[in-house]
Amino acid sequence: MPAVNSAPLLRLEGIRKSYGAVHALNGVDLEVRRGEVLALVGDNGAGKSTLVKTIAGAHTADEGRILFEGDEVRVSGPQAAAELGIATVYQDLAICDNLDVVANLFLGREQVKAPLAGRLRRLSNAAMEQRTREVLAELSVTTLRDVRRPVSGLSGGQRQAVAVARAVLWGSKLVLLDEPTAALGVEQTDMVLGLVRSLAERGLGVIVISHNLSDVFRVADRIAVLRLGRNAGTFVRAESEPDDVVAAITGGRLLSGAKAS
Amino acid sequence: MSAVRADAPGRDGARLGLAARLGAARDADWGPVPVLIGLALIWLVFQLLNENFLTARNLSNLVLQVGVVGMLSLGVVLVLLIGEIDLSLGTLAGMCAAVVAVLLTNHGWPTWAAIAFAIAVGAAAGLLQGGISVLVGVPSFVVTLGGFLAWQGVQLTLLGNAGELRVEDEFVRGIANSYLPSWLAWLLLVVAVAGWWADVALRRRARTRLSLTTRPLSHDVAACLAPAAFGALVVAYLDGYFGVPWLLVVLIGISVALGALTTRTQLGRHLFAIGGDREAARRAGVRVDQIRVLVFALAAGLAAVAGLIAVSRQFAVSTGTGGGTLLLEAIAAAVIGGASLFGGQGRVYQALLGALVIASVENGLDLLGKPSSTKDIATGAILVAAVSIDAISRRRRAARGA
Repeated sequence: MPAVNSAPLLRLEGIRKSYGAVHALNGVDLEVRRGEVLALVGDNGAGKSTLVKTIAGAHTADEGRILFEGDEVRVSGPQAAAELGIATVYQDLAICDNLDVVANLFLGREQVKAPLAGRLRRLSNAAMEQRTREVLAELSVTTLRDVRRPVSGLSGGQRQAVAVARAVLWGSKLVLLDEPTAALGVEQTDMVLGLVRSLAERGLGVIVISHNLSDVFRVADRIAVLRLGRNAGTFVRAESEPDDVVAAITGGRLLSGAKAS
Repeated sequence: MSAVRADAPGRDGARLGLAARLGAARDADWGPVPVLIGLALIWLVFQLLNENFLTARNLSNLVLQVGVVGMLSLGVVLVLLIGEIDLSLGTLAGMCAAVVAVLLTNHGWPTWAAIAFAIAVGAAAGLLQGGISVLVGVPSFVVTLGGFLAWQGVQLTLLGNAGELRVEDEFVRGIANSYLPSWLAWLLLVVAVAGWWADVALRRRARTRLSLTTRPLSHDVAACLAPAAFGALVVAYLDGYFGVPWLLVVLIGISVALGALTTRTQLGRHLFAIGGDREAARRAGVRVDQIRVLVFALAAGLAAVAGLIAVSRQFAVSTGTGGGTLLLEAIAAAVIGGASLFGGQGRVYQALLGALVIASVENGLDLLGKPSSTKDIATGAILVAAVSIDAISRRRRAARGA
């Protein structure tokens, strides 16, 4: 197992996926390293969602290889992805509004203790709450003060933080985020982008799908562009301009007014 | 990247002004307070209108009156928690009552066997309905509406042309007609209170050990003393008549067990999760379908027990047992007690308090010699009022949280 930080955590080679006659992915390569935020951008229908779903195990590729930590793997379903350490935070977040933050973080994997067996074992509420506070502190999430409040009272950014913290809590190595800043205000966006960076600082690999190039340039280390199901270039953030990325997204034509701010 | 500033209002009590404090109070989970206030008001009004209302004798009767609806409402609240509805529980109770009566009176089964069989029949019926709803994907409203009709049909068939079957069994008659000796009532109270105090202390210690925030000590002391004082009052008062009815022990015992199940266990957490967002629960690995079927079976088993209580109250089963507005009253009780019809909200013992509200209104109006038409109108008005208050407070909370 390579211990070097730059060795790829996830490597996709020649991924193909068709829905009937529609070729959603036409041989896509992708690489994410530990401690790196990779932004996945592209126009609608470029294949971003299909690619993420392939990694997340929501569906399997027709062709191509997936290497995770250097080994070829088959991500046959969401469960298999979770076992590998791949967590996906979808746009709808999949959290229960009526439960508090602690309950949401541990949902389905509650810490329990004796005496009864099976699902009748008692919840270790205090222990779960303590672990929740630790994880939130590690992620520098200071907005969730009362972890015993129902999630329904939280803002969009806070809810995103809950969903991300859940991925961290379960020791995920790679986190996929689908449009994490969509529909968030300025301050909330700041918070979520900060959260994404702190995931990378913890040594996780992060893939962020986003339409918002200004967000992408603030958070990503590298930017991979998809166009019509093919790779259309990979940019190192520090060495590129938004215009280059826009050109790659649109296929070389620089549209007036499409400049990212 | 820097940590982010708080965008939620500060919740450190010391720094809150009066307005913020009121706001926080509005946000808080009021628990049983609204239904207790409502109950106190109803009792006050009836006592002022008729001085016999708060006598030991009448309150003892009230406990017996609350039995069937109360037991049924415990099952209803479980079903509501997972965001489902079960319209069949009333006639299911009636069918199970008929099963017990037929086995005891016509077939001479031993008491325990007849009771166990009836509860098993109830649970099996619930299993069937839950299974159809989950596996076929028919909404529980429709499946249990079918059940409502079918179980009533079975009940009528079992009772035959006579339409009524008497039950002479001493044990069954005793369920709603026997009382604890004074010493046993006090002993049970002491044991229950000691258990509750130990639980409060252990929870506090667990949090202190992990250096988590704890409630102010005064809260915990109040949480210990209030139920003890209230329990002592109830036992002392009911001792002034025949004593504490066994039925009260059964009701409280089952609701404590279900309360622990829903709030303290992994299964209970999953019930709330399913009621809150079924798809999110499923993605988190909760075995949603299995648990839904289980809840329908459990509620139906409790309905069978409610049927037993009905038999015990009437010494007989008739075609009307479990019918009429019984189930609707049980649903009303759960909702008055704070359960949400949309799932994910509710507490078991508060449903029992809701049932007490409904029984109190009926009992009080009976004392005043009012016809049942008045009772129906009053119960309906109280239900709508209770749900309206709940809806308003919820909307406020949601508006403040957003």
